Amino acid sequence: MLLSPRFLRSILKTAATVAVTFAGLLFITFIIGRVMPIDPALSVVGDKASEEIYQAARKAMGLDQPLYVQFFYYFRDVLQGDLGTSLLTARPVAEDIVRVFPATLELATIATFFGVVLGIPMGVVAAVNKGRWPDQIVRLLGLFGYSMPVFWLGLIGLLIFYGVLGWVGGPGRLDIFFEDVVPRITGVILIDSLIAGDFEIFGNAFSHIILPASVLGYYSIAYISRMTRSFMLEQLSQEYITTARVKGISEFQVIWRHALGNVMVPLITVIALSYAQLLEGSVLTETVFAWPGLGFYITAGLLSADMNAVLGGTLVVGGVFVGLNLLSDLLYRLVDPRAR
Amino acid sequence: MNALAKSFAVAALAASVALPASIGQTFAATPADTLVIATTIDDIVSLDPAEIFEFSGGDLAQNVYDTLVAFEPANLSGGYVPGLAESWTISEDGKTYSFKMRPGVKFHSGNPVTANDAAFSLQRAVILNKTPSFILTQFGFTADNVKEKIKAVDDMTLVIETDKKYASSFVLNCLTATIGNIVDMKVAMQNEKDGDMGYEWLKTNSAGSGAYSLRGWKPNENYVLEANENYWRGAPSMKRVFVRHIGESATQRLLLEKGDVDVARNLSPDDIASISSNGDLRIDEDLRGRIMYFSLNQDVPVLAKPKVQEALKYLVDYEGMANTFLRGQYTVHQAFLPLTYLGELKDKPYKLDVAKAKALLAEAGEADGFDVKIFVRNAQERMEIGQSLQNTFAQAGIKATLEVATGKQTLGIYRARKHEIYLGAWGPDYPDPHTNADTFAHNPDNAFEAKNTGKLAWRNAWDIPAMTKETEAAVEESDRDTRAEMYRKIQKDHQMTSPFAVMLQKIEQTGLRKNVTGLYTGGAVSSVYYWTVKK
Repeated sequence: MLLSPRFLRSILKTAATVAVTFAGLLFITFIIGRVMPIDPALSVVGDKASEEIYQAARKAMGLDQPLYVQFFYYFRDVLQGDLGTSLLTARPVAEDIVRVFPATLELATIATFFGVVLGIPMGVVAAVNKGRWPDQIVRLLGLFGYSMPVFWLGLIGLLIFYGVLGWVGGPGRLDIFFEDVVPRITGVILIDSLIAGDFEIFGNAFSHIILPASVLGYYSIAYISRMTRSFMLEQLSQEYITTARVKGISEFQVIWRHALGNVMVPLITVIALSYAQLLEGSVLTETVFAWPGLGFYITAGLLSADMNAVLGGTLVVGGVFVGLNLLSDLLYRLVDPRAR
Repeated sequence: MNALAKSFAVAALAASVALPASIGQTFAATPADTLVIATTIDDIVSLDPAEIFEFSGGDLAQNVYDTLVAFEPANLSGGYVPGLAESWTISEDGKTYSFKMRPGVKFHSGNPVTANDAAFSLQRAVILNKTPSFILTQFGFTADNVKEKIKAVDDMTLVIETDKKYASSFVLNCLTATIGNIVDMKVAMQNEKDGDMGYEWLKTNSAGSGAYSLRGWKPNENYVLEANENYWRGAPSMKRVFVRHIGESATQRLLLEKGDVDVARNLSPDDIASISSNGDLRIDEDLRGRIMYFSLNQDVPVLAKPKVQEALKYLVDYEGMANTFLRGQYTVHQAFLPLTYLGELKDKPYKLDVAKAKALLAEAGEADGFDVKIFVRNAQERMEIGQSLQNTFAQAGIKATLEVATGKQTLGIYRARKHEIYLGAWGPDYPDPHTNADTFAHNPDNAFEAKNTGKLAWRNAWDIPAMTKETEAAVEESDRDTRAEMYRKIQKDHQMTSPFAVMLQKIEQTGLRKNVTGLYTGGAVSSVYYWTVKK
């Protein structure tokens, strides 16, 4: 049973953990933001402000209050759903996040899709052929994926596939003339354009996302295939595999059903982690591809002491981690009868 | 089929689903009536002309709003010309300026531009008291008196009364700054909240009369402008302007080469060099107002010794920097007023001369050199300059360490007088020599408690009663030639005696598609003009 009392209890327990996690996350981020040697007031008023204007800005931002008072006000506002206003964009942080997060979501989802549909088969093939050339190739690809800087790979990808071959769209989420043409519903352009029935924009968005998603996907493939390989190697040496083979089950069944079936639980964790990492936003990829996502937003906020933006972004990232953890817990229950 | 073959079949199937499908796309050039610009706009924190004080914000305001007094884009060196004010007169005592408004001009909303809007805009800039407000308040306006001192006597006449007589060019030049832009009073007040004179609304919206209206701004992404067909200077030929934030120079270059953008404004020297042989592209150069300098905190005893100061000025590889890693992006310049400003000083008395520097250090009793920290922000260009200084200082035995931090961090240290050597850049705030003289050569109270944090002379604890008086006299001098001569003299003294080593002045290199003409980036005195562009 999926909804047994034990399961409900565990849900409640998880909810409590989540609440504590969020409060802790907020507190720590807040403290880091306030003690780091960047002055938020100076970020707003700029280099040339007079002392009077600077002090007025500090006061307006509540920075003249003791730290605990500032935290209390912030916490109270967050509980009411108010993440404050960003210093850099002059807009509510919640509004900013609704704008930037879909860009990251869309990119991370496609990249993770690549990671799963390519990384898992590659890992399995490598494990089955341990030490032979398919294994070597997968491991080499993995090694490249681990050691090549994403910044460099992105630029080279742009140069070849956009600059020379012209196969894909350039930096940004759309050709600029298509900006704001389809009504914004989910913020994910691939979905919004389909809802609007505008296939030209869908095609354009696809041609823009395919390269950055492939670059990020490559890293995801490298990680997932490596983990799949090592999980599979462990399973393939187990006695039940020998038993299955002795029983005369086809090798295909042995590998893809019995062995892979048993590595799904740890693999789900690996995939969830890799997805969560991509959802934080990759600031380097976003910079090279002019992709206005969460990573860039948080980093820009951090460098200018735009703490409302940083805290809001951190909350979202925290939420993503907690959410994906819960989801993978749920999936365990589906794939592993013992966890029910 | 054996297991291996089957495994590969599965992998191949998965690959065919996921591999990047090549979308056959042809990239045409941008439309003939549309201008697409790749630049960085992540410095914009507000679109309110009373608050805008960053380069990108200034660029936007220049094209969306109008000032009373303006420049001719193609002839910036010709000085100010009438803008929304058709003409003006100055009273005999030099304190009262009467501006006649240009008739028939309308805001984007359709409201007529009147003297009431002009008075409102300047008053609100003073009352809101944001960072650039000093450009107006230096004429004696305060939140309490400004409604008396700046007022519309009728729909078409604006009168401004300064607290004392200033050089009229100084007053008029200040009105060309971004803060002098005229806002549509009716629209601003319709969006007023808690008596903020429309400030919160104007931070993200616009209400101007300029060549373009703002169609949308997405922070760190883009802004889009739409031509004002009724523009009083004539309808712009580019009907739409798309300005895209592209942080990476190599990415800007790719977009430009592919024809997906018409203009790329932040190309690195390497990228400029690579596109210079491309026949479809052109590189325009424009001398901007930003100067690069380092300064010595006078609270640090060794840096307060005049001979040490002089020695350090001989320990800079001016030409070397300008010709290697900064090639094309800076020119050697050693006085605090940017070239092209009234009173510019072209003298370059310093060059790298290690022997002379060593002799000076010996005279100062520092023959063995000393340890010093240079505060640098973590931008590529600054770090390279910092490393060059580190290298040349070391040749005379001075061991410099670079204290690298983000811009905001180093600024905090600088404003608190906690630096030793600060490597910085300074851009003029308005096209009058007083803008830099006021910060480099004016320090009425050097006490720490005075907290004149906006002034560079104060930040470096440099006490200069005599030069402060000279600077004050120059700003009141009404004869243009005499005034220029006064600034030249101040700069010469400054060059020789100050704890500032001005090293370089910025050259902006812009990459353009060959068919783009008439893009003026604003020189040392102004911001970019889009309405003059033709394709």
